[in-house]
Amino acid sequence: MIRFRIAALAGAIAFASLGLSAPPAQAGKADDTLNAAFALEPEALDTYKIAGREGLILARHIYDGLLYKDLDSGEIKPALAKAWRFVDPTTMEFDLREGVVFHNGAKFTADDVVYTLNTVLDPNYGTRFRIAVDWIEKVEKVSDFQVRIKMAKPFAGAVEMLADALPIYPAAYFKEVGSAGMAAKPVGTGPYKLTEMTPGIRYAFERFDGHYAGSPKGKPAIGKIVVRTIPELNTQFAELLAGKLDWSWRIPPDQAARLASRIQIVNGPIMRIAYVGLAVNAKGKDYPTKNLLVRRAINHAVNREAIVKAFAGGASQVLNAACNPKQFGCAQDVATYAYDPAKAKALLTEAGFANGVDIEMVFAAMPRPVAEAVASDLAKVGIRVTLNEQQYAAGVQKWRAGELPAFFTNWGSYGTGDVAFIISNFFGGGADDLVQDKEVIDLVTVADTAQDRTLRQENYAKALKKIADQAYWLPMYDFNINYGLSSSLVFKPHPDEFARWWLSSWK
Amino acid sequence: MLPFLARRLIVAVLVALAVSAVAFGLMFVSGDPAVVLAGQAGRAQDVELIRQAYGLDRPIVIQFFSWLGKALRGDFGTSLYFNLPVASIVGERLPVTLLLGSAAFLLAMIVSVPLGIVASLKPGGALDRAALLLAVLGQAIPSFWLGLILIVVFGVWYGLVPISGTETWQGYILPVIVLSYYAMPALMRLTRAGMIDVLGADYIRTARAKGLARLRILLVHALRNAVLPLVSLAAVQFGMMLSGSIVIESVFAINGLGRLAWESLLRSDLPVVQAIILILSLIYVTLTTVADLINAWLDPRLRSA
Repeated sequence: MIRFRIAALAGAIAFASLGLSAPPAQAGKADDTLNAAFALEPEALDTYKIAGREGLILARHIYDGLLYKDLDSGEIKPALAKAWRFVDPTTMEFDLREGVVFHNGAKFTADDVVYTLNTVLDPNYGTRFRIAVDWIEKVEKVSDFQVRIKMAKPFAGAVEMLADALPIYPAAYFKEVGSAGMAAKPVGTGPYKLTEMTPGIRYAFERFDGHYAGSPKGKPAIGKIVVRTIPELNTQFAELLAGKLDWSWRIPPDQAARLASRIQIVNGPIMRIAYVGLAVNAKGKDYPTKNLLVRRAINHAVNREAIVKAFAGGASQVLNAACNPKQFGCAQDVATYAYDPAKAKALLTEAGFANGVDIEMVFAAMPRPVAEAVASDLAKVGIRVTLNEQQYAAGVQKWRAGELPAFFTNWGSYGTGDVAFIISNFFGGGADDLVQDKEVIDLVTVADTAQDRTLRQENYAKALKKIADQAYWLPMYDFNINYGLSSSLVFKPHPDEFARWWLSSWK
Repeated sequence: MLPFLARRLIVAVLVALAVSAVAFGLMFVSGDPAVVLAGQAGRAQDVELIRQAYGLDRPIVIQFFSWLGKALRGDFGTSLYFNLPVASIVGERLPVTLLLGSAAFLLAMIVSVPLGIVASLKPGGALDRAALLLAVLGQAIPSFWLGLILIVVFGVWYGLVPISGTETWQGYILPVIVLSYYAMPALMRLTRAGMIDVLGADYIRTARAKGLARLRILLVHALRNAVLPLVSLAAVQFGMMLSGSIVIESVFAINGLGRLAWESLLRSDLPVVQAIILILSLIYVTLTTVADLINAWLDPRLRSA
């Protein structure tokens, strides 16, 4: 076989040089196939074990959750559950939709919900993010089409989590094949079914005609989707320009500007934000960042407006509060620190560092030029930064161990529009919290567990105010994403970084 | 010949084992695999659970020997990233790399050896200079850039070949050219240098004086001696091509072993990394052994060594 292919190859080279053409390019619209490319390889398609956005996007086309969040209206809509209610503060009841079928023909009932959720909340299952399921104590069947979720603790993010982040698998099949089987051959109720897969390389989907009526995802307009991994962005651009690719994302601003005249570029803001964490209570370490005046000096020293304009572009803006303004509870009336190098210098002198101060800053998952711009602004006022780039895992490990005074990275809040998914992680007293401000921890804890939205909002606002007053962070900016699309594709970006191809259509 | 072969085989096995042990240790030095696996949104408690679930809390030595024990029985475990057997993941990608590497190696040899011989006939002549230009360009042009230029010209402008991927055999054309082009200069220069050396030797003059045909002198008498260093270099180049080129595989979106190794390293997919390292070290050891055997066959003086 190999020998044959080599012979064919030599022939092909001869052909190419003679100028005879290869088969014509297949445009996506012509054969109703949306051709998409990721730079990173999707993981195994068992949602509960996926950390990367690529795998999660594919999974959401295959599976459905009990609820669905319409990001355009902010409304939580019924999905596999047609109605739900709180029976008491820690018990949720769901009336399930009848007549829903899985891709393998199995009928959806309460057993699927009970078995799926009870399985994945067992720590032995290895669910990737405990925060997604650790609020559930157990799930009980009430009748064939009614279930109750007993919560382990009051959790304000419960509804957000149930909205498409906790998919329901077909119980009988899942029981038989387990997580590895779901990864090898995923079966869900979603708008698309997977027809072909070379793991990490190529995924082919077909519209699932049995997708239930009344689904908030609706009936997709596009019949087929093929997703490939193309690691090199330049190669993706070539495919786009040649009309062989319909969808790609995360195109850097400078490249997007250059491509804009040739292909369709769509820009949209996302939940992810960039920030510099400053260690205050670093496991006994005495960093200069422990000093409030130094932290305020850092906030005044960095020209964030200029940095955002130069490097982030698009819809990005400078942040003042330690969250994304698009998130629920992200109060904006907090202390702001204008770019003022003179004031920064004065603050440093007042702090006793008239001759400047040395700190180490590790940056991870951030572009080097941005980190260098921050460091150079800091150097101008006398904060000499030793800049080190690390993989995120290595950086966060050092941060958690209290070995870093400053950590420059980003956080995506799992794509959810609620500050519970950001400030609780960094200021709620956990491993990532190197501030350990008792007052803030208490405020956040109350807000995280309350059902009353006004109370939550008030508490988060107070916490965010204190965080800004104390300059525990140098909040940088929110990200935006450029999508490169073929001219015939209609695609609407969403701030949670989940591509919804079921909403796409051809022009 | 047999003791020679046996000695080489024992060394080969030891090298492969040593390489995989060192690689295993290095994975832990470069960062806690559990933290990497938990991903960027992973919290401290997620990391702890992963550490226990995958047995990463055991001493490294024990983890290594438990891996080795299973690997020796042919069980390479499950990919932590894909949650699928390592054998099936590697099995998908090994043939791609083997095909790409072999084709590129063949093309490189077909072009560079004759070119080296021709260039050696008249050192400093027009042909030699043209070959030198090719060699300099090959050395100077980054394969990354060459790949993209070829994509733009033949893929985008003329639409002659697929831009990326290997879904059809046409997808191999550009990557094979780029990968082989990268190896050509060294092979060509070495052939040329070897030939110039040998052509100046006394026995060639004798052969000429005997009135032997020029082509026979060149290919039978001269080349056989000139290729000795070439065989060793070719083995290493072939090894490099078979171990997959991360750059070329990335540019052309070819899902071979090189990029799988690179990606798996970044995401701390220990079982996959270990399997690939074992395969690659075996490929290298096999190739150098084969090169030694060919050299021993070409040059009887080496057999006693």
